[in-house]
Formats: sequence, structure tokens, C-alpha cells
Amino acid sequence: MAREILRRLRSWEGLLLVVLLVILAYNITRVPNFLTIGNQVNLFQLGIEKAIVVLIMTFVIISGEIDLSVASMMGLSAAVAAAVFEAGAPMPVAILVALGVGAGFGLLNGYFVAVVGLSSLAVTLAGYVGFRGLARLLVQDRSVGGFPEWFTNLGQRGLVGPLTLSILIFAVLAVIASVVLHRSGLGRLTYVIGNSAQVARYSGVSVARTKMIIFTMSGLISALAGVLMAARLGAVRASTAEGFELDIITVVLLGGVSIFGGVGSMIGVLLSTYLVLNLRNGLIIAGITGNTQTGIIGLLLILSVLVPNLAGRVQDRLRRRQVDPSMRAPPSGAAEPTRSQAAPG
Amino acid sequence: MSDAILRRVRPEQFREFILLFVTVGLLLFFASQIPNYFDPRSVNRLTTGLAITLVVAVGQVLVVLTRNIDLSVSSMVGLTAYVVGTILTRVEGMHPLVAAALAMAIGLALGAINGLIVAYGKVPAIIATLGTLALYRVVLVEFSGAKTVTTADLPDWLNDVPSATLASAGGYDLRLMVGIALLVAILGQLTLRYLPFGRRLYAIGSNPEAARTAGLPVQRDVFTAFALSGTLSGLAGFMFLVRFGNITVTAAQGLELQVVAAVVVGGVNIFGGSGSMVGALLGVLMIETLQQSLLRWAGISEFVKDAILGLLILVAVTADTIILGRLREMWVRVRRRDHARAQVAIADEGGVAHGA
Repeated sequence: MAREILRRLRSWEGLLLVVLLVILAYNITRVPNFLTIGNQVNLFQLGIEKAIVVLIMTFVIISGEIDLSVASMMGLSAAVAAAVFEAGAPMPVAILVALGVGAGFGLLNGYFVAVVGLSSLAVTLAGYVGFRGLARLLVQDRSVGGFPEWFTNLGQRGLVGPLTLSILIFAVLAVIASVVLHRSGLGRLTYVIGNSAQVARYSGVSVARTKMIIFTMSGLISALAGVLMAARLGAVRASTAEGFELDIITVVLLGGVSIFGGVGSMIGVLLSTYLVLNLRNGLIIAGITGNTQTGIIGLLLILSVLVPNLAGRVQDRLRRRQVDPSMRAPPSGAAEPTRSQAAPG
Repeated sequence: MSDAILRRVRPEQFREFILLFVTVGLLLFFASQIPNYFDPRSVNRLTTGLAITLVVAVGQVLVVLTRNIDLSVSSMVGLTAYVVGTILTRVEGMHPLVAAALAMAIGLALGAINGLIVAYGKVPAIIATLGTLALYRVVLVEFSGAKTVTTADLPDWLNDVPSATLASAGGYDLRLMVGIALLVAILGQLTLRYLPFGRRLYAIGSNPEAARTAGLPVQRDVFTAFALSGTLSGLAGFMFLVRFGNITVTAAQGLELQVVAAVVVGGVNIFGGSGSMVGALLGVLMIETLQQSLLRWAGISEFVKDAILGLLILVAVTADTIILGRLREMWVRVRRRDHARAQVAIADEGGVAHGA
């Protein structure tokens, strides 16, 4: 079983790599100097906030949960930072308050999921609606700008060479996330819980504590991404980052993480992050616009699960035929065993 | 809570009582805050407003009962409204019923695609319908070429339908659209209650594995639930076209969350297996009441609406889990005690008979 999963995982990342190379080749032939650092920085800058949230969403989904509230949290934290700044506080204080709000609401999400025992889909759906509502309450239908120059510079200009603060934060967080997920106790617990929360609980693992840490971090990192977005755009609206959750979840699942939890790797997710960035870039070159891009990524999302499923089924059927040539007609449900038909009512 | 009540009423039925109670309380509260709250015009506006959401919610309940979810409903509503609207502007003299049937057929096709991917492709519903939510919207954008269907191009009968009234008493109207929505909800409830298909949906959602082992046609039923959700979204798309006339490419965007919120607030378990159309109706009513009333309430900013809605979802889900869990425990205890008593009584009778 474990070997089977490992084998599929390995081939999944291989497939991602091949697709990535094809898209990369297209981009390189169509755009002069595509691989220069300047171009790559631009490529990352377009979706850097999503890429940051993708890292923590990987933990959430591997632990068998989902967080639909991340994009609304990004909007809320940007709105909080803007509102506190508008009220006369210095920008660093505004940023800290925004991060605090993110961690606080993340903890709240985690409490309702892990301690009260509600479905994370329902809890974070409430967050999805509610956080956006709070953002609307704070900035209403205005656009808040006029941030200090150092703040917007941080979002837009290179800090180390051409690399912006957001890209540096993403790089550091990507390393930390990889190490934590694959080399630490918390990472192991995330997989164990995702495989079976019940087994984990009976083995003496503190499921509630682990989930609360993950959801708190999800809130905190989404808030950080929201603040970075405010810095990059230089203005905050209530609709900041609206609809980002679809993209973020898509990238994670495309990276080979199972929506049921317990399976996935950071390498796969990083590959799919870079793949989707390149894909969007390629689609822009091909003259395909925002809404259609989202549709293509939606299609990709479905195919990323459907194709391995169908391939697995075909493989099963072939194998069964080899093992037992007398079995002519496979059962209609394909993967279903035949004994269900034999059982009398 | 007395045992006598628990003997008569299942815990799930309490849920509908509590919901009804809260909804009525909410209505009374707003009536005390907003002048002329119950005058015919505002009541008519409230009931018309919930018709479209209710039709979509009925389909959503069918899907959620099977432990799945359909997030693509808003795109199906928007796409159907746009396509049927465009056809009506080009083809003259099309009968309203034909147009409605066409809308439902388009919805059925879209829902069937969802059903195929989920039931037979074994793709988790949340992934499949997140994908088609984006895909169907793109089909709409590409199909439209960013043009808008406008009321002026539509046939005249379309303008009469929204105000068409089935019955009227003292200014309070039962609009045709509301009548259709209620009929759909009633048919849905009857299906869940009395048809084998409806009963199977509960069985599948309670335990898909057991349902499969018991020989239930799980794949077919899940497919049908998605197909029906699509068909009802198609009908809702037609109602959307009739009500608003002007259809842009963003038509009905965001409706999916309102519907899922209504269903969840209405006590349909997101993990499947429990819930009813009555609950969904109350959920839709509660959310629609809240949204329209907050807009009219002088003491409060209109921007607070979504924040309160989010809080409401959280409170509803929490209360549902905690209260219902408690009630279920009590119900099981009472049942067990009664059962034990009955056993003792039977044993006693047997003893007496032998003794004599």
C-alpha cells in the first residue's frame, strides 16, 4: 500500500515536471529573455501572495481539512491594516494588528474545527462570508491608499537585488514548510491525522492541538499575504483578493495533495505553483484573459484527479484480465467487487 | 426535557421547531425596529426574493444529503439565464413553457456532467464542482462575447410573468414565481419522505460504504442527485431571466454560497444523511429576511450584512451540532429504557403464563 502510494506520487511529480517543461518551452520560445531574472521576478510577483498561502494550505489539506476563508482573511487583514493606519497609528503598528487579527481568527477557526468538532467546510465557509463582511465594514466601498513610501516600496521594489520582500518571504517560508512537513514531528502528525484522525487519537496524538496550530498558522500567513498585497498594490479595497481561494486550493491539489488528507508532498506543490504561474503567463501571451484562465485552471483541477482515477481503473482491469482470464465481463462498477451482487437481500 | 416529548418526536424534528422559532423571532424583532415591516409591498418583495434561492436550495439538499456538494449552481443559473435569454431575443414567438423546458434541459445537461465526473469519475464533489463553477462561467463569457441580454430585446410576456399572481388577499400576493418555488420544495419534501430514491439518498449519505454493500445503486443515485440539482438550477436560471431581464456575464455570481449557507443554516448536515426540505425552506427564509431587513434597518450600516451572515452560519452549525448531539443522546437513552422495560414486561408475562 505504502509503496503503491509512493509509486503514484513519484510518477505524479514526474508528470508535473513534464507538463511544466512543455509550458516553459512555450513561454521561452514566445518571450525573448524569458528566463532572465527580471522576467522571472515579474512572473512570481503576479501571484506571489497566492503562492505564500499555498504553502500553509498544503498543511491544512494534508491534515484532512479545508480552509475556504483564506482569501477573505487576506482581504480582512489588508482592510485592518488600512483602517488602523487611517486612524492615525504608525504603519508598523497597523501591520502588527492585522497579523494579530489573522492569527486570532485562525485560532478561532481551529477551535471550532478541532475542539467543538464541526466540519471545516462549514466553519471556514462562515469565515469566508464573515471575514469579507468585516473587511466591508472597515473600508466600505472606498479605496484606502496613501501608505508611507517605505511600505509600498517594500511591496514593489527589489530588496535584495531584484528580489522583492514578498519573494524572499516566499522562499524562506517554502524552505521552512518543506522542513516542517517532511522532517519534523508536526509534519509527521499532519500526515497521521490526515490518514485517520481516529487512529491518531487512539495512538495518543493530540489531534486537536495539531489542528489548532495549523489553522492558526493558516490565519496568520493569510494575513501576512494580505498585508504584502496591500503593499504591492498600494491601495486596499474590501474586495482585495476576492476569489483567490479557488486558485490556492487548485494549486495544492494539482501538486498531488489528496483532498481526503494524508497524501502529498511539498515538492509537488512547489512544482505546481511554478507550473500555474507559467501557465497563466503563457495564456496571457496567447491572448487569453482572466476569466478564461480561471476556467482552464478549473478544468486542469478536475483532470488532475479524473485522469489518474481512470488510468488506475484501466490498469486494474488489465491486471485482473491477466490474473484471471476466465473473467470475461468485469463488473459494471469497475472497481467494485462482485460479491455485492451475490449477496441476497 | 421530558421523556414523553422525546417518545413522540425525533431529535431532527426539534431542529425544524427551533429554526421556525428563531425565524419568527427574527421577523418580530425587525418588525419592532422597522416601520411598516409587514405591509403588503415589503412582504411581497421578501417572498419574491426567496423564490430563486429556494429552487436552487432544493437541488442542493438532494446533493448534500448524499455527502456531496454542488458549488457550480451559480454558474449553471447564470449560463442558463443567458443562453435562454439570447435564444428568446432571436427566436420569435417561443412559448413560455417551451422556454422554461429548454432552460431545464440545459441545466440537466450541465448537472449530468457534474454527476458523471463525481459518481462515475470518482472525483470528490468539492473539486469537481469548484472546477465546473469556473468552467461553466467561462463558457458563458466565451458564448456571450461580453454582450448583455437586455429587457428591451426580450418578448413582452417576460415582463408580465414576475408580477403574475396566483392568489391575492388584502394586497398580499402569492406570485407565480413563489408558487413554483413552493411547489418545487413540496415535491422535493415528498420525494425525500416517500419515494425509494429519496430514502436511498439518506442511506447513502449516512454511510456510503454500507449503502454500497447493501446493494443500493449508489453511483446512479448520486448521479441523479447532481442531474436534478442542475435541472433545478436551470429552472432557477429561467426565473432569474424572467425576474431581472438584464443578464450580464456575472449573472447570479456568488449565489452558490448563499445557497450552501441557507442549506447549512437550515440544518442539513454537510456530512450528509440528515436534513429536510422544510429545513432548507426555513434556512432560505431566514437568510433572505436577514439580508433584506438589514438593508432597511435605519440603525445599522448596510456593510454589516455579510459579517452577520457569517456569524449566523457559525452559530447555526455550532448550535446544531451541540444541541442535536445532546438531544440524540437523550433520545437514545429514553428509547433504550423503554425497550428494556418492554423486555421485562414480556418476560413477566411469560413467567405468569408458565406459572398458571
